[in-house]
Amino acid sequence: MSPILECRNLSKKYGYKEALSGIDLSVERGRIVGLLGPNGSGKSTLIKLSNGLLTPTNGELIINNMPVGPETKKIVSYLPERTYLNNWMKVCDIIDFFADFYENFDKNKAYEMLKRLNINAKDRLKTMSKGTKEKVQLILVMSRQADLYLLDEPIGGVDPAARDYILNTIISNYNPDGTIIISTHLISDIEQILDDIIFIQNGTIVKTASVDDIRSQEGKSVDALFREVFRC
Amino acid sequence: MAWELKSDRPIYTQLQDYIKLGIISGRYLPGDKLPSVRDLAEEAAVNPNTMQKALAELERLGMVYTQRTSGRFITEDIKMIEDLKESIAKEHITEFFETMKKIGFSIQETIQMIEKEAKELTI
Repeated sequence: MSPILECRNLSKKYGYKEALSGIDLSVERGRIVGLLGPNGSGKSTLIKLSNGLLTPTNGELIINNMPVGPETKKIVSYLPERTYLNNWMKVCDIIDFFADFYENFDKNKAYEMLKRLNINAKDRLKTMSKGTKEKVQLILVMSRQADLYLLDEPIGGVDPAARDYILNTIISNYNPDGTIIISTHLISDIEQILDDIIFIQNGTIVKTASVDDIRSQEGKSVDALFREVFRC
Repeated sequence: MAWELKSDRPIYTQLQDYIKLGIISGRYLPGDKLPSVRDLAEEAAVNPNTMQKALAELERLGMVYTQRTSGRFITEDIKMIEDLKESIAKEHITEFFETMKKIGFSIQETIQMIEKEAKELTI
């Protein structure tokens, strides 16, 4: 099968600053991939290019054999770093909104997950803590039957117990043929759910490997390898 | 049984070890049906692909077998389970003797100590 995401000589410049410099990358289907790199390495830029929020300066980005556009947005589910949902809305209204917007949105699944996480669908977002808001947003994203999930820092704002719960939500609710790309620097927390990793630094791909290979060849965790590769 | 995973070894090999331990300790009995890959993955908080890999490897070793459509089962080969139990016990003993050697006890001394300690122990 063809890769779900492919970058060919992909570059992005913000003015004179180069955020991505000619990267070549291919991500397979049915994998959970960690996009790992220090702050300002280009993680969010790559994710935003993949969902069409940014356009490349140079090169190509292909998703499911198509250039990024309305057709690929149908099959890409994106969790942004910051929330874009309206604070005054109730969770159940947002769910209706999403169901209207995305034909692959599964309302039942969303309500099921809310129930499991003890979130009341009648609550308004503004009454919720930062962590609960993050959970709601993740539920919305994972309730779509997408081919590619792009999660930008999904566990940044929640406590370690909730983190475990969120990771659990991710692995138990994603569609097994789908691919999940998770960008984060909380590596040790997500390491055990990853298949593959992409190390990115200064806008270039430093390493791609499977987690098992890293552990058996290097005899250390991805977290330890990350600290070594990106030592300041 | 909590799935505690160490960071310096591939996860799938550790999952294999846990399931093997489950088999020899009687948590999974010969002929028992194993939970689904998804449920096991959730229990261990790992990626289902990784769990799948661990189970495929156990299947290759003959510790579990797949029955078409109805799932995965624990081997009914009691001899194999006994052999596995013995080989894991041997590993632990070797490791123990190595540790004792590092802190300065010969095999003979170690055995003497074990006998002495065993008399005082009440498990």
